[in-house]
Amino acid sequence: MQIVLKGTTLLDPQQKLNHKADLLIVDGIINKVGNLSKDDYRHSTVYEFEDKYCAPGFFDMHVHLREPGREDKETILTGSNAAAAGGFTGIACMPNTNPAIESAETVRFIKEKSAPHLVEVFPIGAATHERKGEALSPMNELFEAGAVAFSDDGTAIKTASILRLCMEYAKMFDAPIIEHCEDPSMADGSMNEGFTSTTLGMLAIPSIAEDLIVMRDIMVAEYIKGKVHIAHISTKNAVELVRQAKKKGINITAEAAPHHFTLTEEAVREYDTNFKMNPPLRTKEDVDAIIEGLKDGTIDCIATDHAPHSSEEKEMEFIYAPNGIIGLETALGLAITELVEKKHLSLNQLIEKFAINPRKILNIPVPQIKEGEEANLTIFDPKEKWSVDVSKFKSKSKNSPFDKMELTGKASAVVNRGKLYFEDKFVNI
Amino acid sequence: MSLSNRHLLGLEGVPKEDIQLILDTATTFREVLERPIKKVPTLQGKTIVNLFYENSTRTRISFELAQKRLSADTVNFSTSTSSTKKGETFKDTVRNIEAMKVDMIVVRHESAGVPKYLTKISNANIVNAGDGLHEHPTQGLLDMYSIREKTGTLEGLRVCIVGDVGHSRVALSNIFGLITMGAKVSVCGPSTMMPMGIENFGVKIYNNIDKAIAENDVLNVLRIQLERKAGQTIPSTREYHNYFGITSERIEKNNKNILILHPGPINRGVEITSEVADGPYQVILDQVTNGVAVRMAVLYLLGTMH
Repeated sequence: MQIVLKGTTLLDPQQKLNHKADLLIVDGIINKVGNLSKDDYRHSTVYEFEDKYCAPGFFDMHVHLREPGREDKETILTGSNAAAAGGFTGIACMPNTNPAIESAETVRFIKEKSAPHLVEVFPIGAATHERKGEALSPMNELFEAGAVAFSDDGTAIKTASILRLCMEYAKMFDAPIIEHCEDPSMADGSMNEGFTSTTLGMLAIPSIAEDLIVMRDIMVAEYIKGKVHIAHISTKNAVELVRQAKKKGINITAEAAPHHFTLTEEAVREYDTNFKMNPPLRTKEDVDAIIEGLKDGTIDCIATDHAPHSSEEKEMEFIYAPNGIIGLETALGLAITELVEKKHLSLNQLIEKFAINPRKILNIPVPQIKEGEEANLTIFDPKEKWSVDVSKFKSKSKNSPFDKMELTGKASAVVNRGKLYFEDKFVNI
Repeated sequence: MSLSNRHLLGLEGVPKEDIQLILDTATTFREVLERPIKKVPTLQGKTIVNLFYENSTRTRISFELAQKRLSADTVNFSTSTSSTKKGETFKDTVRNIEAMKVDMIVVRHESAGVPKYLTKISNANIVNAGDGLHEHPTQGLLDMYSIREKTGTLEGLRVCIVGDVGHSRVALSNIFGLITMGAKVSVCGPSTMMPMGIENFGVKIYNNIDKAIAENDVLNVLRIQLERKAGQTIPSTREYHNYFGITSERIEKNNKNILILHPGPINRGVEITSEVADGPYQVILDQVTNGVAVRMAVLYLLGTMH
């Protein structure tokens, strides 16, 4: 099988690509970049991508797939379909499944189940047994089976002493500890603490609940020269802490979720549970700090924290509804609308945040757009205007606060593992 | 004259004219309550459901009496949230009640925002009888009514809300309503009981009760709700009483013209002494009577809107 991707502009800051070229892909391998012959076109299925960009396949390092355990909310298959529709060719999935990802069997189960799919799935192992923060998970075994990082996501690793052990242990295979930074003693609430929560009469989570754990984690990482990644950073102080830590040479990285650079706590005023997530939506100041952090590189990448919940669970009284929203199918549109269109990020920076940095953090090779390499590509149109329609989402859950929103920028196609996803269909190439 | 909104979800953003209308209408119903036959046919044929997901005796009885005196048909649905969490969802419960063709729902719930959510899943008029730590608008209205009854006006009046402001829906409804009506509102209590950003409402904060008594015309004394997670915010009820309790000595020393309100139920000897609670400065039982009249006014005005 051979296909031609025609008319795209190749864009890859790592390879310093930024020029128009057609691609010939034969059996999933990039055969020619530019200079295609008449025969090449004649013997290929040609896909027209005029005015679109072609970049290394995008990667979301923070996804909740719910399988095993809650297949009613999302499965490995539906989550992967949502990822492909959103422009991702790879995702890392969090271990808070049931059972948690804390055995080689579960890691292999996920890898095997996702093997036939275009989207590669990289499991993140639990850092501690049952994510309880008391005893180390079998990290080495998990790593050997294919886990790329470790986390007790949903909560921070309970104590500094266990965190230290986790970081020390993970150093042996250079895997990061991914931390959901929140001090649980301050986190008994349903939204960000401030004047808005006071007005809405809601118990709330202060921003310092996040800052305190970010600070703790930085100090532990510095002390033992460990590697830590801050998940879904959401506060101004936390961004500043990471910025200073990086300046000191501490091995720390951070991600931000699209909702945290798009929405503020004001959105909670309608008590719509699709605006309830953890960390909660913060203030305008925090949003500005996240954007600044993305611009200056303090925040390495954009990750969705895709958290599917069934409508029965989400359509509940605000304080009882579970935290989290889905994000795979809106992430790119939000990032382009909020960051690129508003001139905060260049397209090159966008690709660093979406394709290059997340893989670097997880020690996964970054796909190269050159002859002889496996085609692992995202083709996107940064100017396409579209309206979000959750009813058309591939995700099994529909808990998105962005329904009906007008966005600019959309993935047109993805290529990986000898497959092309284009216009709602997977094609073997 | 009619109200500008077909629900009463809170007093935030409710225009002055609406509050005025409710209070004036309540005056009429207050007279009805003094008649030998305390019933008017105004809401005959209307069905009202009292949906109480949280324990309440006085608010529920007050609403029920108001409904009966307006000749409405009333049904009570009382349940603890824990039991419904296990089974039917809130939405299903409401859909079921709705299917029985009700005109109005009076709701109390532990979660802030439930009344607003109800407006999205039901066609009935919604009256908030207390949602989480958010609002309790009919309490705010009856407090304002009771103050106005004594002072004649709310404009320029200095009203201090004393106690656990951070865990009180009464406080927020009072703040919104009183400010709209032109009163000068302040709060007083231990700093651990003051919610974040409260000063942004334009209210003054006192940490000294003597000063609060001296500088205000009205004190609205909140119940110290130890069951509401507030326990941690003060060392003990004894210490609270010693530093923030309303006593006759404090009133006599600082301001003998003060008017004392309390939404009940009273913790005697904690936020207020028995001497004050039963004494000449307070209108606590008037508040209860006025509560029925104010709720009649709210139900009448909402129930007869077109």
